[in-house]
Amino acid sequence: MPDPSGATSTLTRPPADDKATAVRVPRRKRPFGRRLVAGVSSLWLLVAIAILWQVVATVSPTLYFPPLSKIFVQFGQDWFTGDPSSLFLSQHFFDAAVPSLRRLAQGWGLALVVGIPVGILLGRSAVAAAMYFPFIRFWLAEPKSAIIPVAVQIFGIADSMNVFLIFVGTVGLIIVNTADGVAGVDRMTLQTARSLRISPFTLYRRVLVPAAMPGILTGVRVSIGVALILMVISELYATTAGVGYEILLNQQSFKFLQMWSAFLLIGVISVLLNVVLELIEKRVLRWQRREGLSGQ
Amino acid sequence: MDLHVEGVKKVYGDGPSARLALDETSFVIESGQFVSIVGPSGCGKSTLLMMMAGLLTPTAGGIRLGDKAISGPPPGVAVVFQDYGRSLFPWMTVGKNLSMAAAADKLPKAEVGRRVDEALKAVDLAGTQALYPWQMSGGMQQRVAIARALVVEPTVMLMDEPLAAVDAQTRADLEDLVLALRDRYNMTVAMVTHDIDEAVYVADRVIVLAAHPGRLIADIPVDLGRRDQLTTKAEPEFVKRRAEVFTLVRRPAATPSAESDAELDAQPSELKA
Repeated sequence: MPDPSGATSTLTRPPADDKATAVRVPRRKRPFGRRLVAGVSSLWLLVAIAILWQVVATVSPTLYFPPLSKIFVQFGQDWFTGDPSSLFLSQHFFDAAVPSLRRLAQGWGLALVVGIPVGILLGRSAVAAAMYFPFIRFWLAEPKSAIIPVAVQIFGIADSMNVFLIFVGTVGLIIVNTADGVAGVDRMTLQTARSLRISPFTLYRRVLVPAAMPGILTGVRVSIGVALILMVISELYATTAGVGYEILLNQQSFKFLQMWSAFLLIGVISVLLNVVLELIEKRVLRWQRREGLSGQ
Repeated sequence: MDLHVEGVKKVYGDGPSARLALDETSFVIESGQFVSIVGPSGCGKSTLLMMMAGLLTPTAGGIRLGDKAISGPPPGVAVVFQDYGRSLFPWMTVGKNLSMAAAADKLPKAEVGRRVDEALKAVDLAGTQALYPWQMSGGMQQRVAIARALVVEPTVMLMDEPLAAVDAQTRADLEDLVLALRDRYNMTVAMVTHDIDEAVYVADRVIVLAAHPGRLIADIPVDLGRRDQLTTKAEPEFVKRRAEVFTLVRRPAATPSAESDAELDAQPSELKA
């Protein structure tokens, strides 16, 4: 038993300055000049290429490389002549880009829905990982464009072919990155969770998945790039509508302005998707910024 | 409830690579007692504590809390780990980290909130619910980890070198804090430490383990009364006990072994969720 006479130390107040060491994440804005310099230095190459293109195309006109200014005008005409009610997007956009985006959403969405749970399972179970990883690694190594003919054979020239291709092309990436993320969760984290006696459901929802989120989101970000590639490639090969199909069609009918306009649209869509994912990642992984703050 | 450690033995691995981390060990920690467990690297002190926490299964023997055998993390027993940086969940705020500890007890929300507030107040971090652990200093983080242990209103608190990673000043403050919390929450505390001064300063009893293999070699009572960082360490009883423990810990192992098995002590490889 504790010594009844004493051992009752007073609750010691920690030093007052201790509280001051709490680091609140600073949210200061860099001065305008610095931001301008940063902006210019990150965009100079893009601007330089655009100017070079414009100058060369104007000085010695060729059929294949119309001046960039004309391409931009075409780009506006092609895609942004719609009503404000449809965000200024033209009918042509809905005919060409929306089918592509719908296939992307279906194929990639399905890959996420299947890949993340499967990845979590494989990351948790050494047995399951040993059973399925060899196949998944083989599948990752296989260039997915090689299965387009097979996919066409199975599905015919139909949306399901494109969706299938995007799905099989991205699901492996998502599985492997998710499984790596889950398997890499700190042992200390799991041990702590266990000592807190939390239920398996809570363990997954509140501990394992958040802890594995960096890996999961890596899979998401890497796979969107592949999904976009497959979206375009599958349209070049066999389809009747889509942005990739636009490029091919215009190239074959010598409408190079329209071809470049479609090319530009794909670029814009890709950049937008990546920016959105990056923002989501930054938000979700806010806590990872603890790096460099620890030990303060 | 008394904590009975009965003939507990832990062997890691099997066959020729098997290593005896802790040989048959028995002792009883009486309800309300504060026990320090000290010993050199590889003496199995962390292994012993993890077995008491139900996070590791003994190879032989058993541990009882009152008359209930411990087979997994038991209710009413809270663990504070050494590495607070890895033990607090960085994606949760301090408030969420604490309420997580109460999740298993399925308490009403208001009660969880009350306990979280009280635990934070007890470690002098009231009002920090919305902060993230990584926004705090090391000493504050370890106090959050201690507060999380308090949320379940434990009868037993097991601490694995809880103060090893903080600076000396913070450490002294936390020693007194832990003592105060023991009284306030009326807990039984077992604390593993490699700091002999700390072991004697906080405890009613110091259990000394030896290494190669890990085993109990001494059980030393400490009769110090009310602790004070300034005067306690000058008291004859403190000096005597400290020397006693020091001699036991530093003496050469009875069966010397060239290989270092520090990892057995610190990070038992069998530990997993």
